[in-house]
Amino acid sequence: MTLPPLPADESGDFGIYIHWPFCAAKCPYCDFNSHVVRHVDEEDWCRAYLQALERAAGETSDREVVSVFFGGGTPSLMSPATVSAILEKIAKSWRLAADLEVTLEANPSSVEAQKFAGYRAGGVNRISIGVQALNDADLRWLGRLHDAAEARAAIDTAATIFQRYSFDLIYARQHQTPAAWKAELRQALALAGGHLSLYQLTIEPGTAFGRRAKAGRLEGLPDEETAAEMYLLTQELCDAAGLPAYEISNHAEPGQESRHNMLYWRLGDYLGIGPGAHGRMHSAGTRFATEEIRQPEEWLAQLKRLGHGEACRQPIAPKDSALEYLLMGLRTRQGISLSRLRALDADLLDQERLSELARQGLFAIEGDRMRATRRGWLLLDSLLVQVLA
Amino acid sequence: MTELDRIRNFSIVAHIDHGKSTLADRLMQATGAVSERELREQMLDSMEIERERGITIKAQTVRLRYTAKDGNAYILNLIDTPGHVDFTYEVSRSMRAVEGSLLVVDATQGVEAQTLANVWQAIEADHEIIPVLNKIDLPAAEPDRVAEEIEEVIGIDATDAIHVSAKTGHGIDELLEAIVERLPAPKGEREAPLKAMLVDSWYDPYLGVVVLFRVIDGVIRKGDRILMMQTGARYTVDRIGVFTPKMEAVEALGPGEIGFLTASIKQVRDTRVGDTITHEKRPTAEPLPGFKPAQPVVFAGLFPVDNNDFEDLREAIEKLALNDASFTYEMESSPALGFGFRCGFLGLLHLEVIRDRLEREFGIELITTAPSVVYHVHLRDGTMVELHNPADMPDPSTIDRIEEPRIKATIMVPDPFLGDVLKLCQDRRGIQLELTYAGNRAMVVYDLPLAEVVFDFYDRLKSVTKGYASFDYQLIGYRPDNIVRMTILVNGEPVDALSVMVHRDRAEQRGRSMVEKLKELIPRHMFKIPIQAAIGGRIIARETIPALRKDVTAKCYGGDITRKKKLLEKQKAGKKKMRQFGKVDIPQSAFINALKMDD
Ligand SMILES: Nc1nc2c(ncn2[C@@H]2O[C@H](COP(=O)(O)OP(=O)(O)OP(=O)(O)O)[C@@H](O)[C@H]2O)c(=O)[nH]1
Ligand SMILES: C[S@@+](CC[C@H](N)C(=O)[O-])C[C@H]1O[C@@H](n2cnc3c(N)ncnc32)[C@H](O)[C@@H]1O
Ligand code: SF4
Ligand SMILES: [Mg+2]
Repeated sequence: MTLPPLPADESGDFGIYIHWPFCAAKCPYCDFNSHVVRHVDEEDWCRAYLQALERAAGETSDREVVSVFFGGGTPSLMSPATVSAILEKIAKSWRLAADLEVTLEANPSSVEAQKFAGYRAGGVNRISIGVQALNDADLRWLGRLHDAAEARAAIDTAATIFQRYSFDLIYARQHQTPAAWKAELRQALALAGGHLSLYQLTIEPGTAFGRRAKAGRLEGLPDEETAAEMYLLTQELCDAAGLPAYEISNHAEPGQESRHNMLYWRLGDYLGIGPGAHGRMHSAGTRFATEEIRQPEEWLAQLKRLGHGEACRQPIAPKDSALEYLLMGLRTRQGISLSRLRALDADLLDQERLSELARQGLFAIEGDRMRATRRGWLLLDSLLVQVLA
Repeated sequence: MTELDRIRNFSIVAHIDHGKSTLADRLMQATGAVSERELREQMLDSMEIERERGITIKAQTVRLRYTAKDGNAYILNLIDTPGHVDFTYEVSRSMRAVEGSLLVVDATQGVEAQTLANVWQAIEADHEIIPVLNKIDLPAAEPDRVAEEIEEVIGIDATDAIHVSAKTGHGIDELLEAIVERLPAPKGEREAPLKAMLVDSWYDPYLGVVVLFRVIDGVIRKGDRILMMQTGARYTVDRIGVFTPKMEAVEALGPGEIGFLTASIKQVRDTRVGDTITHEKRPTAEPLPGFKPAQPVVFAGLFPVDNNDFEDLREAIEKLALNDASFTYEMESSPALGFGFRCGFLGLLHLEVIRDRLEREFGIELITTAPSVVYHVHLRDGTMVELHNPADMPDPSTIDRIEEPRIKATIMVPDPFLGDVLKLCQDRRGIQLELTYAGNRAMVVYDLPLAEVVFDFYDRLKSVTKGYASFDYQLIGYRPDNIVRMTILVNGEPVDALSVMVHRDRAEQRGRSMVEKLKELIPRHMFKIPIQAAIGGRIIARETIPALRKDVTAKCYGGDITRKKKLLEKQKAGKKKMRQFGKVDIPQSAFINALKMDD
């Protein structure tokens, strides 16, 4: 099968995601593949990542890397030496784009902030800090180990070291009013660089919050109406501050969007390396999905045995790619290219329903592009079900 | 052929689950009809659905050979019958083919509503009745108390009731002797013209239509030319045989005998249960009176979830109807649900059984609309329309009156629950006819509208009495009442499949309960959806489903894609199970669930 040509503004890019699965403590809302362990043999792990990269390079060395992302877990628990070693390995194994983006997710404890300079020296050029809240009471409720002062200090440090930095906040917390969030967001915008991630709290099954909610012991979360109001006021404030949303929960000054994120949302290729990491890769005309073993110790053991940590690798049918493109692409401000979608699956959309929803102002269709409007974004999950034929 | 005085014919009757089929197992085993190796539990319940639910739906006949203590060899023909009230018809026609009944009563339970119903039928059929107290192996068995109860409630002598355990086989020998000694031998004239009763017929994939019959007079042989006197159809008999329980060919059958024939009959519908089979050349002068055919009393629409399955559904329904004359169908089209069938059933269990079989054996997913009874709509011009479907209701201005079917319900209930039962019947517009006691149990007889019983009366009865009540009913006729059609409007549009006929006094309550339920059953949409219940143009109840305000995943990165994609695919499949009414999607389950009454 030959691939449909990509429209000029779509991603044919290639990136590398490195998952560091360890955290100092497990946050009650978090369902990421993160583990709290007493001891990590970092040298052992470093060798494993290098080995995994070596193996992956064998399959993809013809590609040019536009982005590397250290995610977690808490990658800022890694020493700068480990990060450097990994980046060196990547530089040796692939061509690098001139404007290569290298992001590292960091938690804002003072210990971790001290390493920022070291990361920078090793090649990291963008940092994303998990601030989550700017008041101590909420940080405690969110189970975070840092306080608001540390968070501010970490942002300051980042601003002096990195040209590009971002931080994350979680809102729609317990007992949080729209007015309180508005005030907090104003403070955040004053601290912000070119990028902000603002997530409404999701109660995930299997987390501490999930169990509490199920037992009826998680009261005071904003209702749907209030949550919608908070979302809309977030858009207003960020627009006014020059940080419009380029994805449902991500805001940036034009040009400051995270390149790595865009790989996910525009059906780009990325290697996923480390426990539980997912990858998407073209090989000989077919697109593959890869998934690594989730359990850190098992991942490490298999890596030592076989040289890779993959649990499975499956071809993705064009129809499935189409669905991925639709559900990820509509999360972005630019939306999707209809011709690219059609080339993957001509019958994916219920055209009549789409026109109807466009008439209702939930989708906008402009030439080849289809996107969700602001109102559409708020309802995107149910809209997706509706537009499928 | 067997001498008349060496034949005994009987049916096994009882309240549901009192052990009829298990007793039949023991009788087959004791007489060597089946070997230990072949024997399975409730062996005669051979349909998949019977085995799964542990109940008998279709009556079954077996011929047993038994050498009695008097040294003579006898032929015993037993008919195992269903206990559930929906299949009473199977019992009554089976009884017409035999001279006696084993009245099985569970000695741990005592006389129940269907025990009574069965006894009355047996008495009407002039049967000799042998009371059999079953399950005496159980510690809770109280055979003496139950024997007393039989005498007191039913008024038949139970001093000679046989104590058995259909599980262990205890008492089976004694029962076999009693059958020979106490049941009368059949009567009949071997030399008279052939007169046989068509008891049942069904379709067999290998043999075609198989006819079960009982010879009254004369002799029937393979190769005979026969005449069915009601239908006028003529056939040549291909095959004659008996069930042992395997099909076993015989040369001829004479008076008093029960067996089957095949005669290249195309469809079950070509035969009529109760018809008289005679010889073409020398017909009998007096045909049998015949049976009243079983009338469906509950009607519901069956629609394929996927409209493309309509032709498959038609084929499946036709196949099932081949074997079940009590199940009726006609094509129906609904603006909301597309093409389907309006089907008639003997009751809700019958409906469930048919729906189950369509879904399982034929793999068709179905939407079942609100079950309805048949109303008699008398028009001003003096004509009467039978209304099977609320959607077909004539213009109210042309209607003189609407009559609804009424039943006589008999309920047996332990005293502590009596109050709740009376309240339930009263709530369902019942009129009390009788209230008597037998020991610490009450027997209440109510005149009730069938419509109030059809949906969930039995479930409610079970729950208010913790399962201790039993229930049986028979139709007694039609009576006018203040019946109206209630329409449900979703987002301002009437949904025909949700229309119901209700008594005017109960309409508000029913309407309120339906709109409240629909509010829970219909998912939220992007706009608010009013749900209204209306009689004519008047709104009697209203609820609103609020609009969806926010439904979006906050974060979605590399690892979330696969999960999100699977979820979306599942939701998309779920959407297929919805039906669109205007702009509103209604899940198929809503059609039945909206009607459940929980008063
Ligand atoms: N302990 C005990 N259990 C019995 C006896 N006879 C029947 N049972 C059990 O009672 C249940 C009902 O038995 P069935 O023979 O299916 O009853 P049925 O009267 O044919 O039921 P329907 O055909 O549905 O009316 C089964 O679980 C049997 O195993 C008995 O003598 N002793
Ligand atoms: C990979 S996670 C965590 C990165 C880093 N370990 C941290 O905690 O700062 C990235 C972001 O997702 C967001 N997040 C995680 N779980 C969430 C939830 N249940 N609801 C909303 N946002 C969540 C948080 O803002 C978090 O910073
Ligand atoms: S939110 Fe971040 S720090 Fe907390 S458990 Fe998850 S990955 Fe670890
Ligand atoms: Mg049975």
